[in-house]
Order: sequence, then C-alpha cells, then structure tokens
Amino acid sequence: MARTHITTVINGDEVDFLTEDSTSLLHALRDEVGLTGAKEGCGTGDCGACSVLMDDRVTCSCLVFAPEADGATILTVEGLADSGELHPLQQCFLEGAALQCGICTPGFLIAAKALLEKNPDPTETEIRYALAGNLCRCTGYDKIVRAVQEAAIQMREQ
Amino acid sequence: MAKVYFSAGLREFTGGVSQVQVEASNVRRLVAALDDMFPGIGERLSEGSSVAIDGEILTDADFESVPDDAEVHFLDILQGG
Amino acid sequence: MALTEENPGYKWVGTRPIRPDGLEKVTGKAQFGADLTLPGMLYGKIVRSPHAHARIVAIDTSAAESMPGVKAVITGNDFPDLAANGAHPSAIDISHNAIARDKVLYEGHVVAAVAAVTREQAAAAANAVEVTYEVLPHVLTVDDAMAENAPLLHEGMITKGVEPTPEQPSNVASRVAHERGDLEQGFGEADVVVEQEFTTKPVHQGYIEPHAAVADANSDGRANIWCSSQGHFQMRADTASVLGVSQGTLKVTAAEIGGGFGGKTVIYLEPIAVRLSQRAGRPVKLVMDRDEVFRATGPTSGTRMKIKMGVSNDGKLTAAEVWMAFEAGAYAGGPVGAAGMTVLAPYDIPHFLVEGYDVVCNKPRVAAYRAPGAPMAAFAVESVLDDLARAIDMDPIDLRLANAAVEGTQAAYGPKFPRIGFVETLEAIKEHPNYTAELGPNQGRGVAAGFWFNAGMSSSATVHVNENGTATVVTGSPDIGGSRQSMALMAAEELGIPYESIKPVVADTETVGFTDVTGGSRVTLATGAAVVDACRIVIDDLRARAAKTWDVEVDQVEWVDGQAQHVDGSQPPLSLNDLAAKSARTGGPISANASLNARGVGAAFSTQVCDVEVDPETGVTQVVRYLTAQDAGRAISPDYVEGQMQGGVVQGIGWGLNEEYVHDQNGNMENPSFLDYRMPVASDLPMIECCIIEVPNPAHPYGVRGVGEVGIVPPMAALGNAIKDATGVRMTDLPMSPIKVLEALNEQSD
Repeated sequence: MARTHITTVINGDEVDFLTEDSTSLLHALRDEVGLTGAKEGCGTGDCGACSVLMDDRVTCSCLVFAPEADGATILTVEGLADSGELHPLQQCFLEGAALQCGICTPGFLIAAKALLEKNPDPTETEIRYALAGNLCRCTGYDKIVRAVQEAAIQMREQ
Repeated sequence: MAKVYFSAGLREFTGGVSQVQVEASNVRRLVAALDDMFPGIGERLSEGSSVAIDGEILTDADFESVPDDAEVHFLDILQGG
Repeated sequence: MALTEENPGYKWVGTRPIRPDGLEKVTGKAQFGADLTLPGMLYGKIVRSPHAHARIVAIDTSAAESMPGVKAVITGNDFPDLAANGAHPSAIDISHNAIARDKVLYEGHVVAAVAAVTREQAAAAANAVEVTYEVLPHVLTVDDAMAENAPLLHEGMITKGVEPTPEQPSNVASRVAHERGDLEQGFGEADVVVEQEFTTKPVHQGYIEPHAAVADANSDGRANIWCSSQGHFQMRADTASVLGVSQGTLKVTAAEIGGGFGGKTVIYLEPIAVRLSQRAGRPVKLVMDRDEVFRATGPTSGTRMKIKMGVSNDGKLTAAEVWMAFEAGAYAGGPVGAAGMTVLAPYDIPHFLVEGYDVVCNKPRVAAYRAPGAPMAAFAVESVLDDLARAIDMDPIDLRLANAAVEGTQAAYGPKFPRIGFVETLEAIKEHPNYTAELGPNQGRGVAAGFWFNAGMSSSATVHVNENGTATVVTGSPDIGGSRQSMALMAAEELGIPYESIKPVVADTETVGFTDVTGGSRVTLATGAAVVDACRIVIDDLRARAAKTWDVEVDQVEWVDGQAQHVDGSQPPLSLNDLAAKSARTGGPISANASLNARGVGAAFSTQVCDVEVDPETGVTQVVRYLTAQDAGRAISPDYVEGQMQGGVVQGIGWGLNEEYVHDQNGNMENPSFLDYRMPVASDLPMIECCIIEVPNPAHPYGVRGVGEVGIVPPMAALGNAIKDATGVRMTDLPMSPIKVLEALNEQSD
C-alpha cells in the first residue's frame, strides 16, 4: 500500500516523512522522524505521555493520525531548549527534583509550557487542573507543581 | 550455645518444639546440627529462609559466624518491590 | 524538614544538587526500552488467551506463517520443558508463566508470538494464529478458590505448612503462621475487643511505561537484550532459564526505566523476544500495549482478612488474632508471607496468632508491588487500632506510642529490633501543626503507621579515577528513583572531591559485577555500601601512592578533603588531580572494585496523618491535607527521599480511594485502561508534606535505611480512619470509592 507524504514544521524545522494513513502521529514522530521524546504510555489518550504542541495546542499525539499533521506546526520536548539553553521549565524541573523515572516528563513539560503561555500567573489549583491530563506514578505531583510555580515566576521576571 | 527460635511455620519439622540450644560456629554448621535433630529441616532452612542473628537479618548467610549466646531466628525469604 | 540526631558535618551527603541523569530526561534524550531501533529490526506481537482457565487443544500457526512480512511464529513448543529436566518448581512456574504449555491459567496468558516487518503485519499475523481451547471452570477470588470442590489450577498442589499434610490437592499453596503467648489469656485481659473483616481488590503498580524489550540474537547462540527492567542480572538469569541456555550467552543492558515499583523485577517479554529473534535471524522489538500490561503482567493480591484485637482501658494491646488469605494469581508465591510478618510488627503485643494463606486463582500471577503484602495488612490492623482507640477514648497516636516497638522489642516475626525510629515518626506527627489544624464540615482526620524490613542482598561497584582527578562510579543498579545521585553523593563524600566531578553510570551484565534487583529499598544501602567500599580501597591506594611519592611509610599519610596529607604537615598535600595525573609512575591506573552481600539492613517506619472531606451527596472523598513522617536513617539525597515518600503516599491514596481490577464473570478484566483504572491525577491531590526523620542505622557507614517502600503501607488505613472521623462509617472494603461510601452513608442513616 502506498504511503502518504506528509510535510510539517517540527521544532522549527521543515520536516517531511512517509506514513500509512492509520499510523498515529506519535508513531510517525518516533519511528519515521526519529524523535523518541514523546512516549507511549497507553495509546488511548489517557496518560498524556505522548503530549506535543500541535498548532500551539496541547495534543495527545497518539490520538492524531499522522496524515492529519500535514501542514501543521509541531513542538516536541526536543524543541524546548533554545540552541542548547534549557527552557525555564526544564531547569526548574531539574532543580526542583520534579522527576524520578522521567517517562512522564516530556509530556508534563509540553503541557506546562502551554499553560504558562496562556496563563503566566496560575494558582496552584489552576496548575493542577491544567496538568490533570498527564499521569505521573512516581512523584505524587507535589514537586512537579512546585517546579511549574517556580518556572512561572522566572518567566514573568524575564 | 546459640538459642534458635522456630516460627510456627517451622514447627511441623520440629514436632512443635519452638526453641532449642545448639552449638555451632557458623550458620551452615548450625543448620546441619538442626537437621540432625529434626530430619528434613535442613533443606527447608537452606532453601527458603533468611536468618536473623542477634537482630541482624542476612540472606545467603552460610558462613556467617554464630556467636556464643546468639539469638537466631529463621525467617521466610521476602520479596521487595 | 529533617530531624537529625547528630550532624556529622557532611559536605555532600544530605544536599540537594541536580541529579546527573536529569538533563537527558528533560530534553527527551534518555533512552527507554521502546526507544531503541536496530537495523533490520522486526516488531513482535503476542497471542494471548481470552479465557481465564482452559486447556490448549491445538495451535495452528500455518495461516500466520504465510502472511506478508512474517518472519517467525513461536509457541510453547519452542521452549524446553523444565519440568522434564528436573528444574526447581519456582523455575518451572516462571517458564510456564512466560508462555503456556498445556493449559492457560488466566486471561492474557501468553500462548504464541509472531515477528513481522511492520507493527500492522505483526498484529494481523497474531490475529491469524488459530488456537483451539477447551474452556474450564475458573475461580477468581480467595473465597471461590478455597471453596469446597473448587476447580483446581494445579492438580498436584498440596498445601504446605499445614499439619497434618492434606491428602487432597487444593488451590491453597501454603500457610504461614506466627504465634506468641496464649490468645485466650490475652483476650481475657482485654477491656475492649474489636473484631472486623476486610477485603481488598487487586491493584496494579501503574508504571506509565509499558514493558519493552529489544532482542538481537546471533547465529552462534548469543543474544543481546535491551529491556526496561528493575534488574538486568535477574532478567538474564530468568530469561536463560526459560530458554534453557547458559546465562553467559545473554548480555542484558538496562534501558532507562519508566517506573517499576516491583512489577518489573520479573520477566515477561524477554525470552519471547529472544526466541523470535533467533527464529527470524533479525532483531525483534516487543512492547506491551496498556491493555496487555493490565491483563497480563503482575498486579498485587486481592485479599480477605479477619482481625480481632484486644486492649485494656489504659491503652495496652493485650492480644491480636489475624487470619489472611491473599490471591497469588495463577502460580504460588504471593506476598502473604511478608504480610504475616509485617502485620503486627510495629507493636509489642504479648499474645497473638497470625495465619496467612497463599491461594492460587485464575488471574495473572501477582508480582511485587512496593512493600508487597504490607499495605493490605496495615489497612486492616491500623483500622482496628483506630476503633480500639475510639472505644477507650484515647488519642490514636498515644495508643500507638503506648505499644510501639523500640530497640530491644521482640518483633512479632521473631528477632529483637536493633535501633529503630518508629516512636520518632509518631512524635513528629503529633507535634506537627497539621495534627491540630482546624477541620471544617464533613472533614475528618486519620492516622496510620507502617513498617517495612527493607532488603540487603548483593551489589557490585567499580570506581575509576580519571587522569584529571574526576571519578567514574559504575554500578549495576537500574536507576528508577534517582539512585545515581545518591551514589555520586556518597562517592564525593568519601573521596573528598566535588559531586560534579563524579560520573555515576549503570553498566550492563558484561561490564559490572553481579547486582541484585533495584527493589526492596536496597540500592542506597547495598549498592551504596559497595560504592563506599570501592572508594575506600581507592583511598588506601592513593595514600600508598602519596607515601611512595614522599618516600615515607603509608601510615604517615592521611586522606583529608580530597587530598593526601602528611600527618605532621611536612609535605605539601597531593590532590586527587596530582596523584591521578602521575598514576602511571606510581603503579598504573587507579581503580577499585567491591562486591558484597550487604549487611546491616535497617528497617523503616512511617507514620502518616491525612485530612479528608467527604461529600455527603456523592460519596467523593477529597484529600485536603497530607503529612508523612518517615525514618530514613540518613537521607543521602533529601530531594529524592521526599520523592519516594510522596510517591508511595499517592499510590496508597489511589489504592485506597479508586483503584481496583474489575472482572466479569468470565474472568475477563473490564477496566484495562487508564480511563477506567483510575489512578490519582494532579487535581485530586494537595501537596504531600514530608518530615524526614533521621534515626541513623548503626550498621551502615552513613546510617542509611531504605526509603522506597514503607511510604505506601499506611495511606489506605489513614484514609479509612479519616473517613470514619468525618462520617462515622467504617469502610472495610477497598477501594473506598464514592459509590461505596455513599452506600455506607445511606445505610448508616437508615
């Protein structure tokens, strides 16, 4: 079966790849484009480990068919740092010990970035609800929420 | 002489005896001595037990020395997660 | 907040630097099990039983074999029959759980597997494998399995630990028992006796990363395995056993692991991936989907427990009687033994009888889940303690203080306790402002305590000093919780060089000595001890080299703050840099190895208090405030000690309020997804406040006690006690989900 040619912008670069129509964007990113930062935790959009920004919207890439990404602008965790300089969220996650096994971290970083761009001064409750689509089993969320609070402060000061 | 205590689960080998005094310089010799007293217990202890000597729990402790007057308990091997 | 007994003035131990592997994890570079791709790699797919209990009559793989892209199809016939080879029963069970032979014992049991060029081709081929089953009657709970004339899973299973030995087989694999004193006398001395029965459901460890393995077999019989696991040496041993090969033919590399909690100390995919790779002559990647993780890996036991306890009016526990039956799943060897040993461990009770039964049933074989067995037992006992405290009008912490095990107490499971920190955790909670914070309408407060032994076992470590005076610390402990940081902190402390100069590495089975699994809260203690030993050998070597350089006796040389110093100061010091740069002249490269079977394991205690608000109209329990106090002995890495405390608490909250396996009457799981298997999310929770208590373990160079597991032991009872305080109802069945709380509230008002 002939594969479809998809053109996207991923992490600021124009990227094109071939895909079956039924392949998820998650699998296309991981297997075709070689960006393995987005993770498959469930394949059904319940855990958020596959979260990417698609046209500035937090999206579970496991719920998107790869052809739907044609012409879209995508940000993955690999695109968060700017020429090697960590995004404040990445730095705050490290300093705040907001990760243990790290499998959920890419998804949380994407979701938190989307939150802070829309709401630069969120309350603790707003942070918790914005991140409710991301499962973490290791941390109990405490240090993740604190890291997002700290990043929000740093980003407002910049 | 070391004091060896048997949990309820081991008493099927000891005929209900819950405590004995045994002379042995290390755990392997202790187990051998116990097997002489209660035939069959040796295999059970070597396979499925950790040993506590004066409160310190050890696994694979065959050559651990058993001090005089030590209190020895055999415990089921546990799994952690 | 840390309560420290003595402050030894550590420079690195106890600090909060950035963990060494963190950068890769926040940038997406870290390689987890499913992230590896090899040239020519095939995708595997497993064929699983849809039935809870059935005989396999025939397997027809012909259609699958001829489908496009299919390079290998295997069944149980492709694996040796370990029973015929006289292997140990536990090895036989592992091999049968890895792939079924004549019977399937649970929904999801592996029956066959295929490997094909694309995922879609593999899935299509798996669907084309035709299996003919003779469905058998099944049992799902301990009640069903223990009933008279229950269908048997294993025809030859005779209960161990029962006297006289039963003549007829049953589904009860074994009985464990502990007793002391005289129950009749003990209950006779009680002023109040509380008796209660409890039930809990199976729950899953819930790691976000599904199991994943890549196997690359060569034609000479050797294979490389890359897998998500808590212990690659264990994976190597078990995989070799199932395949019927020597361990030396397998090289296992531990990928970064996305959570385990005990569930990844066992093999599932590895032998299947290797056999497929051998048949196909190409690498094979096998990754479970979430459905498979729920149906076919190892949750922990569902249980039934009966507790009877007596107390005098002045708060002394006089007697306890405990009966427990725990589901083992399809094969013997569940955690009831540990449950029996931990259930009364925090308390000094003069008369007791504890009985536990390991019961097989047609569900997946249970695997370890964080302090296996202890959380269920604590749910029951800590709930009864709460009711006893109410009955004699005593503060629940005071009741525990009045009966707390201390150094010298004869533990309920046998030996005397060495130095322990249980009382300190109770006092920390009692003195904390949270304990007296005001409660609003429909709110209540609950306290509970927990105990876990922690493990020692075997670890190896190598320390290499690089020419520029930095050091590499190599261990074999997969890092789930930040252990690489702890290794680096201890090495920095020992060597006296900055933490940033230490590079901790987790090596594969060919490049580091044998190391037991990352589990049992053992790594900081045991692997840490090996790292410390290796560092001390390096330091002795460095002193000897300085002695050579100065032409003095080695006893004239001390190692202080990262430098060799002459005892009378008559020589300028030589730093690690200096000695490393000239190492070739003083004897060659500087490196040392240590391997040990760890001693001096220190047990851990945790006391927790939680405040909840129960909505009387919906039965929803909201956790409003949570505080945990845990004795870490010495917190090498306070950030990650807190992380373990908080993580354990939140898993316990999920277990207590929402998580459960739901089966239909055919033994099929009805909720194998994260949508319906409801784990806590950020919006369900408050901050989890931590109080790290430090009662150093006298037997460890840094006073370490394992911290990973005990945190999950108290939460379900703490929640149950808080719900009782808020509403007056005693919940005795987990989870305490809204519909059940509502039912209980409605019953109460009738």
